[in-house]
Amino acid sequence: MPEETPDLLDPDATSEAMISLRDLRVNYGEREILHGISFDVQRGETLVILGGSGSGKSTLLRTLVGLEKPTSGEIWIKGRNIATLSESELDEIRKKMGMSFQGGALFGSMTVGENVALPLREHTKLEDSTIQIMLRLKLEQVGLEGFEYYMPAQLSGGMKKRAAVARALAMDPEILFFDEPSAGLDPIIAAGIDQLIVELKQAFRMTIIVVTHELASAYLIADRMVLIDKGNIVAMGTPAEMRANTQPRVRQFFDRVAEPEVSRELDYLQMLTEAPRQRSGSAERRS
Amino acid sequence: MEFASQLGGSVTDGLAYLGSLASLGGRAAYYTFVGPFQGKPLRLQRAIGQAMDVGVRALPILSLITFFIGLILALQAAYELRRFGAINFVSTAVAISMTRELGPLITAIVVIGRSGSAFAAEIGTMKVTEEIDALETMAISPVHFLVTPKFLAMIIMLPCLTIWANTMGILGGSLFGVTQADFTFVRYIRSSIDSLFLRDIVTGLIKSVMFGVTITAVGCLEGLSTGTGAEQVGRSTTRAVVISIFLVVVVDLVFTLLFFFVSET
Repeated sequence: MPEETPDLLDPDATSEAMISLRDLRVNYGEREILHGISFDVQRGETLVILGGSGSGKSTLLRTLVGLEKPTSGEIWIKGRNIATLSESELDEIRKKMGMSFQGGALFGSMTVGENVALPLREHTKLEDSTIQIMLRLKLEQVGLEGFEYYMPAQLSGGMKKRAAVARALAMDPEILFFDEPSAGLDPIIAAGIDQLIVELKQAFRMTIIVVTHELASAYLIADRMVLIDKGNIVAMGTPAEMRANTQPRVRQFFDRVAEPEVSRELDYLQMLTEAPRQRSGSAERRS
Repeated sequence: MEFASQLGGSVTDGLAYLGSLASLGGRAAYYTFVGPFQGKPLRLQRAIGQAMDVGVRALPILSLITFFIGLILALQAAYELRRFGAINFVSTAVAISMTRELGPLITAIVVIGRSGSAFAAEIGTMKVTEEIDALETMAISPVHFLVTPKFLAMIIMLPCLTIWANTMGILGGSLFGVTQADFTFVRYIRSSIDSLFLRDIVTGLIKSVMFGVTITAVGCLEGLSTGTGAEQVGRSTTRAVVISIFLVVVVDLVFTLLFFFVSET
């Protein structure tokens, strides 16, 4: 069985799920945003989390990468429940995860090259020459070769996202997260980012989680999709299964049926809490 | 009744804020003094860059301000002293007020305006653009990465700036001494130095280190607790300046009281 050799060499590469959520609940203050989310993501799978504004999908993503603490429930990543881990144990898992933020979140005071090399400089003892080689490799993977001396402000929106992906790839992560990869991009550039995700998926055996509300890109990149509405999972399945799903809420989302944006004040408040809010500063909680 | 509950609320809020400041300052101190021995190296290059910003680039404006303050002190002191024919004591008055109190305080206020506000704006902007979140997901502690270099730069540069400010204040006083009070320049400086005890200078420097800790903690905490949106960055910056000035005066009072009672025994 030569094709199974990598699995035998890598103790983590078992058939068990890469990410497992069990009855995950997240509150902001008194308000519960996620009402018991459970699903599994297999190694090498690409899962697209779909949902409208205020559905809780961004909160779900922030919880998965440890930026929000769940109120209750379990988040198993690589066999460890990150809901119960200390900050330093969580950091060890985070080194195996990469995250591409909506706006890129590149450090404005550093060049593209310094941004991408930062995780390597921080977490490895590699020589500078090795880091330079890896840096070129990562930039080449996202189609940005030659841009290492540019400042983020000099890049276009699509290039910023690519640079952010290169930074997320720096540590050769096993899990890659994308927050709204096509937000704020024109359709052609957005399609380029989708293509990049597909290429990454084919080239590496990475587990990829994408949060989006763009149906076209979801169909293109997803192995499986999960539709979230008002903090609950409405439906989950392959793109074909989702197309065939007859639940009204699913059809409404997939057929883009209009509805009044906000009906009640409480719904609106729920929607507002979806945006990144003022917290006492998650950075402060670190030690 | 309502007033009492409001007062209670404000007091607990204030204490909670002090707690967050102490926690942030404590973690920055940990990464500065303990971390390097536990395999978490200091970011010296970043600290040196911050030291340039906080310290060296503040010299021109600080020199000008403290020179004028020294001159003003001399004028104000001479106003009273000449009635007793004691105008020779101008040098003493200027030297003691500068080193004990005004040197550290004016330096702190200039640094709050230049750097405390900049810390809040820089970190606040990074919060708004998700850069702080990005650091966390890369398993890089924002406190270690952002706050510690500033902390180190501050606790080294603020005493240095204070010494410089003291000197410039005394020079400002000497302008009055030489032109209006029959001092020669050398005699004025010698008389200033003779009037100072080492304790005057050291207590001023201890205070300036504490001011540095306060300014860094407030600036960075305000930055880290910035909400969403650009206008929140402005709000954080304003709060950082106002709260820093207030707390620096409080710290000044506490340490002056402490030195007063310690020196008594």
